[in-house]
Amino acid sequence: MTPLAGYLLVAALLFSIGLAGALTRRNAILVLIGIELMLNAANLNLIAFWRYGPHPEALTGMMFAIFSIAVAAAEAAVGLGLVIQIHRHAKTTDLDQMNKMKG
Amino acid sequence: MSIVFYLLAALTVAGGLAAMLLKNTVHCALALTVAFAGLALLFLNLDAQFAGFAQILVYIGAVAILVVFAILLTKGSETPKDGVFSRSWLAGLAIAAAVFAVLGWAVLQSVRVLPHETAVPTVTVQQIGVALVGRYVLPLEIVAVLLTSALIGAVIVAMHEKVGHENEEQK
Repeated sequence: MTPLAGYLLVAALLFSIGLAGALTRRNAILVLIGIELMLNAANLNLIAFWRYGPHPEALTGMMFAIFSIAVAAAEAAVGLGLVIQIHRHAKTTDLDQMNKMKG
Repeated sequence: MSIVFYLLAALTVAGGLAAMLLKNTVHCALALTVAFAGLALLFLNLDAQFAGFAQILVYIGAVAILVVFAILLTKGSETPKDGVFSRSWLAGLAIAAAVFAVLGWAVLQSVRVLPHETAVPTVTVQQIGVALVGRYVLPLEIVAVLLTSALIGAVIVAMHEKVGHENEEQK
């Protein structure tokens, strides 16, 4: 097995773990954690393809990963702010109990 | 494939699994930090020093702290009595397993054409900086606008609506 295939398999496993968590956990914060894990798995793919790709000096994958990290940070801040506001409004972060669109 | 890779991969996957399986939400946040640290070390193992240290600064330094703050502000550390998994957990697990099966199959099918060990790329932080303000200056400006709007938006969303409360009290 080539090194790149190993990194891709680790990223696939991490993505699936994040997806399973985002789909099965009831706490909204843990769903966000699952989404962060999925984003990180994608970043690992980008860096691995940059390292073993034909033109690493062009920095394409590296730049993609850096911008992805910045966007993920913005996403986490807004998502957690939304969860805090929902908790203030509905007094719960349990997604199974959030079944009303009108407060 | 070196022993270092296997150790770091095991650390990262174990951290991710613990973050998604533990019952106490604070323990989940700590396991998430372990997974982020493992990913940063994998980046360093891939000779991407800048991305590795950016990962440590942004994820371990900022996102993990934000998650802990959100857990403490929402009293999320109390384990619910009726389990931590949703009622439709079996369907979610099946979907995730199917996604992993497809991704793993695709990777294993393409092992023959994947590139083998290549020379270590020598990329300095200076090159990254020049690329950021040269070829990638437009994405950099867009990210700056995005971060500013996300900062303002997060504060506005999480802020107390004092005006609304006063109106409700007057009614």
